[in-house]
Amino acid sequence: MPSRLRSPPRPGPPHVPVSTFVTGDGDFRGLPANAPVRSVGRVIDVRNLSKRYGGTVAVDGLSFTVRPGRVTGFLGPNGAGKSTTMRMMLDLDRPSAGRVLIGGRRYRELAEPLRHVGALLDPGAVHGGRSAYHHLLWLARANRIPATRVRRVLELTGLEGAAARRAEGFSLGMAQRLGIAAALLGDPPVLLFDEPTNGLDPEGVLWIRNLMRDLAAQGRTVLVSSHLMSETALTAEHLVVIGRGRLLADTTVREFVAAHARSRVRIRTPEPERMRDALAAAGIQVRQAADGALEAHGTEAAEVGELAAAGGLTVHEIGTESASLEEAFLRLTGQAAEYRAGGASR
Amino acid sequence: MNGIPVNPGAAVETAGAVRAGTGAPRAGTPADGTTGVPADTAAAGPDIPAGTAAGGPGVLSALRAAGAAEWVKLRTVRSTFWLLLAAFALSVGLAWLAGSGFRNGFSDLPAEQRESFDPLFAAFYGLTLGQLPLVALGVLAMGGEYSAGTIRPSLAAVPRRGVFYGAKLLAEAPLLLGAALVTVPASFLVSQAALGPYGVSFGADGAVEASAGACLYLVLIGLFATGVAAMLRGSALALGILLPLLFLGSQGIGNVPALKPVAQYLPDQAAMVVMHLTGPPGDPRFGRPYDGWTGMGILLLWTAAALAGGYLVLRRRDA
Repeated sequence: MPSRLRSPPRPGPPHVPVSTFVTGDGDFRGLPANAPVRSVGRVIDVRNLSKRYGGTVAVDGLSFTVRPGRVTGFLGPNGAGKSTTMRMMLDLDRPSAGRVLIGGRRYRELAEPLRHVGALLDPGAVHGGRSAYHHLLWLARANRIPATRVRRVLELTGLEGAAARRAEGFSLGMAQRLGIAAALLGDPPVLLFDEPTNGLDPEGVLWIRNLMRDLAAQGRTVLVSSHLMSETALTAEHLVVIGRGRLLADTTVREFVAAHARSRVRIRTPEPERMRDALAAAGIQVRQAADGALEAHGTEAAEVGELAAAGGLTVHEIGTESASLEEAFLRLTGQAAEYRAGGASR
Repeated sequence: MNGIPVNPGAAVETAGAVRAGTGAPRAGTPADGTTGVPADTAAAGPDIPAGTAAGGPGVLSALRAAGAAEWVKLRTVRSTFWLLLAAFALSVGLAWLAGSGFRNGFSDLPAEQRESFDPLFAAFYGLTLGQLPLVALGVLAMGGEYSAGTIRPSLAAVPRRGVFYGAKLLAEAPLLLGAALVTVPASFLVSQAALGPYGVSFGADGAVEASAGACLYLVLIGLFATGVAAMLRGSALALGILLPLLFLGSQGIGNVPALKPVAQYLPDQAAMVVMHLTGPPGDPRFGRPYDGWTGMGILLLWTAAALAGGYLVLRRRDA
């Protein structure tokens, strides 16, 4: 069934070929192309952060650093403590222990914080009776951001046609765009997005993915939370993985794959029993996949081929399969998932 | 599979382009392709200024900006307009009803009631119901932040909670005062006109004081409601408590003998003396053991307590 999320109406020229995005004068602050952007004031530093609600530990001694110029994926299963951590970054929730510094300062010490940190936490956090324009206008006023900037972010998010409409009529996709417009309002060097692609159609997802990368390419610090590894791996360069409020990994996507994604060799043979024995004799773990093929772990295709040849076995297919990122993520967080199917996880 | 995009004009439409490498033309972002920031705000500099670390910017300056934001919030929801209109219509309408009621029935009143008749009663009786929309306004100004979820963006924009709260009150108070300055004199004039020969002018004894007290009352009860909503972190419960209580107050809960010892100190009851709604001093049934300005003092204490309670909750609780 086609799932259809309404996109905002957008009058005006639909196609504007863009040539000034990274190079040229169109760069967002008029800097020469790819000029180094100062990174001072852009680092998010989380130190020994903990949050307890009564007896429940939501965030448990978390420490990591988010750096500018790249998209950092903030990953964890649902309930891992991502949103709580992000709320503590904004001083909305008070940590039970530890602290978050943004550019060396606490959030509440920032003058006009929307100019430093933009955040999309909950796209539904709009008064239904207020128009998109007025929602952004009060945010702008609170931080002395010129009203021209409100129009600008409405354009950037494709909401200019819906600016005067009351937010209660917005689809989830439009609400997400409005939330992103609010995050971009102060042109902040640090951006936090909590599950920004939730409820978006594929095109919306792609748009957000490009936006995140563009923002990072401009030298901004971009932290994007998600519970989907595959989604994050497409956007992020760096990963911070948490589970049950604890840090599980703080690494690049590449290293994460290398460390956690085990590859396996798939073997199709008319003589599975003999193949099994030959592999087992060589100390290689084998199991039978659902489709009848054998899967050997901790080995390589070449070794399997040599073993087959030595044993005089007929082989129809030998191939290497690398485990998907999603599998690696699930394996890593499997021990940490709050609710694991079929058994106690403590 | 997925449907065709319903609205191909949307910005997402251009999102299909593939990044073709640095510097290559691409159409990944809408409009002119910059994701951020035109030169207008770039001048202000998104980088965190190094110089303002200690103590942050001036509280007054932050309060002014936050107050401007709160004012936008108030004026951009329709409920504000309708509630102000309802407060005016109820107050003035009831003032007219009360005035004409007394005028028509005056000759039937017992002699001693005619003797002690207070034309100001008709002027301000309507406020006991006319205040309810203003109380709702006060509740929604704060409670609406919780029901809509805007408390988080609000505190993200204004992280110092005292500044946020103070700005809200500073935006709300002039609105309430403005409403009172229109509603109270209008109620007075309409009621006295309706009273005809029994009516008085602003020159009458105590008329100006009572009107000033009534204006002050409407402001304070609105702020009181905001404080209650801040304590309860929402609109529904605050409205559910305040509206019935104040409605019963308008129906004379402060005069019920069994409840009077306590009920007469409720915030609305305390202010009634100054508005000439409690009969002559010493009246065993309707009178109060305190005078008008003491009553306003009691209301002031209630308001201060509610606002302080609201501040403590806002300060202590996670948003």
